[in-house]
Amino acid sequence: MSVLVNKNSKVIVQGFTGKEGTFHATQMIEYGTQVVGGVTPGKGGTKHLDRPVFNTVVDAIASTKADVSIIFVPPAFGADAIMEAAEAGIKVIVCITEGIPVQDMVKVYAYLKTKNTRLIGPNCPGIITPDEAKVGIMPGFIHRKGRIGIVSRSGTLTYEAVDQVTKAGLGQSTCIGIGGDPIVGTTTKEAVELLMNDPETDGIIMIGEIGGGMEAEAAYWVKEHGTKPVVGFIAGQTAPKGRKMGHAGAIIGGADDTAEAKMKIMASCGIHVVESPANIGETMLKVLTKK
Amino acid sequence: MNLHEYQGKELLSSMGVAIQRGYVATTVGEAESAYQRLKEETNTEYCVVKAQIHAGGRGKGGGVKLAKNEADLRTYAGNILGMMLKTPQTPGGMEGPGKLVKKVLIAEDCYAPDFDACKEYYVSILMDRETRRNVIIYSTEGGMDIEAVAENTPHLVHKEYIDPLAGIQGFQCRKIAFNLGLSGKAYAEMVKFIAQLYKAFVSSDASLFEINPCLKTGDDRIIAVDSKVSIDDNALYRHADLEAMRDTDEEDPTEVEAKEFDLNYVKLDGNVGCMVNGAGLAMATMDIIKLSGGEPANFLDVGGTADAERVEQAFRIILKDPNVKAILINIFGGIVRCDRVAQGVVDAYKNMGNINIPIIVRLQGTNADIAKKLIDESGLKVKSAILLKEAAELVTEALA
Repeated sequence: MSVLVNKNSKVIVQGFTGKEGTFHATQMIEYGTQVVGGVTPGKGGTKHLDRPVFNTVVDAIASTKADVSIIFVPPAFGADAIMEAAEAGIKVIVCITEGIPVQDMVKVYAYLKTKNTRLIGPNCPGIITPDEAKVGIMPGFIHRKGRIGIVSRSGTLTYEAVDQVTKAGLGQSTCIGIGGDPIVGTTTKEAVELLMNDPETDGIIMIGEIGGGMEAEAAYWVKEHGTKPVVGFIAGQTAPKGRKMGHAGAIIGGADDTAEAKMKIMASCGIHVVESPANIGETMLKVLTKK
Repeated sequence: MNLHEYQGKELLSSMGVAIQRGYVATTVGEAESAYQRLKEETNTEYCVVKAQIHAGGRGKGGGVKLAKNEADLRTYAGNILGMMLKTPQTPGGMEGPGKLVKKVLIAEDCYAPDFDACKEYYVSILMDRETRRNVIIYSTEGGMDIEAVAENTPHLVHKEYIDPLAGIQGFQCRKIAFNLGLSGKAYAEMVKFIAQLYKAFVSSDASLFEINPCLKTGDDRIIAVDSKVSIDDNALYRHADLEAMRDTDEEDPTEVEAKEFDLNYVKLDGNVGCMVNGAGLAMATMDIIKLSGGEPANFLDVGGTADAERVEQAFRIILKDPNVKAILINIFGGIVRCDRVAQGVVDAYKNMGNINIPIIVRLQGTNADIAKKLIDESGLKVKSAILLKEAAELVTEALA
């Protein structure tokens, strides 16, 4: 089972022949992901990494029956690439691109409402279902197949959590990097919901950061519908107000989007909140064995 | 990226939004000629002298003055230009050092001739993260701190959400004008003002427009008397004209330098510096520093390529801060190999020669073991760790 991607996922790469696309497509193929081709407008009909290149996503789907796309195009073309994939009928779109203008994403978000597509990202590390499919830029080797689902807004901090989970003797069902931008296609709550409904997931780790209301929304949902233990961490307890901490979305706007406020809400909703990012894995292990 | 008031107004005016007229000046002489021009255009002796810095509450620190004649103008322009202006929003607030004023805006007194016939409103536009739509926030309570208005009289703050695909509609502009209690010419002017303001917001890729006050003049015109404009950094590639307005004098010089090296650095007030790959892990590292008994001196994301050159640049930037008593380097090697980073740290350390504070290096991920060995055998006064927990303990030790 797992969620979003598995060994049957047929993945295409948008921005296939570029530097980033080539590097990460190679890594994904080595991991065992079914990369069935890619899209680079103007290079249709050629081959790259021993796979067909198409001019459009429509062509790629017609030829390969792809249902997942991963996007590596430059930020100026990010919105366009997402909408092309959605219009063509891709079911899961993973957008790695960092730096897409916010007003572009305002339009994309509204556009996707009319399509039967799930967008992960942008500005995210992607999704991985260990031993089945890696649709992202994360280092595959730190993962181990298991029953913990991970949801996170950041890249390396997710790897940190994954590593701790693996070292604690647990493994991961699916890890979803939802992205660090102010507008992302899939929210923390939606990702948590997917994992909560996944029979192969026993526990969920939810890693958030300052800015926005996604973690609070997820926490309230967990309180109402949660059936599995959730361990949570919010990065940025020491971040000052009004300063952007790397991610475009990581900025404290008011009193309710500080790390402290979010952690308080999460704890009040029954989430096991850890203060130190060094304790994510062991807390999960403790919570699961207590059960 | 934030714009000065005068730059924001230039942007608004170029897109058909009515603004308070004015000219920017960097010397008293320029202020005088701006005053003469304005006097001819407006037929009044009065004008307002406004300090141009990136902070609100300028009036509270004496940065906004009404000049009633040319002598006043000279005095105020002379006083404000070159002053260290303290406002509640400058670093350290009213107790802090303030910000140096390099420019003043000489603006028309748009409240003349009949102050009592004027009315101030509040209008802002921003992207609402919850609905993922642009929202126009407006109120009859202009000229005040909108957060206080929202706190004390929430029913006086209205919001109008805009459909991203359809754009702003006439009925929405009319609703706003009606809700603000306008009629006649002022109503028609406000409808036009809102429509143009929204178009300007979208076409300039702004992340914030705040017009406070937005004024109804004695003769029923609607104009922007102040402007706070921020532009989405990610969209600057398609707005070269706006990018040219960047005033690096308003930014922390170390942050500007870091940006040149493509390092994402934010200066903080603590005593432990840090160097991390990835924004989320960088924030988490700052939190670890705090939990270990220190205070983070900075946020620094070195990004995906942590080679010797970048590590050295990052070292130099962190060490510019005299408060830094220790540095924690936290790298999770995925695609980046830890041994490469370790070599970078060793090389940078040797190149720099005189680092006299404890350095703690935590490398995890690809080739972490080789990296630890490399650091441990380098003979440098650098402590290494693999687990985040070990790194935290080493920070506590270093500060003891």
